[in-house]
Amino acid sequence: MNTLFYISSAFAVFATLKVITNKVAIHALLYFIVSLLAIAVVLFILGAPFIAALEVIIYAGAIMVLFVFVVMMLNLGKETKENETKMFNVKMFTGPAAISLILLAEIIYMLVHQSGASFALKIIAPAEVGRLLFTKYLLVVELGAFLLMSGIVGAYHLGEKEKLIHHRFLKTGKDIA
Amino acid sequence: MNIGIEQGMLLAALLFLTGLMGLLVRRDVIFMLISVEIMLNAAGLAFIVAGSAWKQADGQVMFLFILTMAATEVAVGLALIIQLFMKLKSVDTNKANTMKG
Repeated sequence: MNTLFYISSAFAVFATLKVITNKVAIHALLYFIVSLLAIAVVLFILGAPFIAALEVIIYAGAIMVLFVFVVMMLNLGKETKENETKMFNVKMFTGPAAISLILLAEIIYMLVHQSGASFALKIIAPAEVGRLLFTKYLLVVELGAFLLMSGIVGAYHLGEKEKLIHHRFLKTGKDIA
Repeated sequence: MNIGIEQGMLLAALLFLTGLMGLLVRRDVIFMLISVEIMLNAAGLAFIVAGSAWKQADGQVMFLFILTMAATEVAVGLALIIQLFMKLKSVDTNKANTMKG
């Protein structure tokens, strides 16, 4: 099982290096999603299947999709069309697709051989995490709720468009400055 | 032979250093936010490795909190990026160094 750990960690480091050396933001995000999948396999090997699932669902599925939306939105311009024809050729997604296929083969190998109990130090079930979360760390959960609330309010406030000020004497903001 | 705490911590440290390098080298604010995400993820991985070594669930609980913080940070950070892009028509941080309000 050590071999699987080393293969997926090598892919995680390789994909992360490709993220920070890439020039195009969308390609970098694609490699970052692959890196997150590799880290999810590592977490699965380490005996944290619940966290591995959360890594795929929340990190790769929700946070990265938010990134992709914003990057796509910012690219709106006149060069969008030529960018898209350049962006979506076969060559750019062969690397991430190959790494994802190898990671899938690792997961299938582990599931078929059912070596779940033998290789990890100890598999920590989601029930144990949940019990700890709502007894010992209950206060931190409430602080997390505060954080999420402030995040929602802050993102809403920062994301809205600048309002035009119609004043009786000062027509635009430029007159003040 | 099992995976020890050393290999997992080494992987977390490598990922963290990669993210730090990206944060220091890149000037594109989207890439800087991605690098911060890489670093947060590496910190979470270190928590999982430690929790796995001590056979406790506390590490996974900490990963959940890191996940919450990362989601909030991305939402606010992307809103700031959109504001910056609307003002400067660019995501280059070198153009945003004037602090003129």
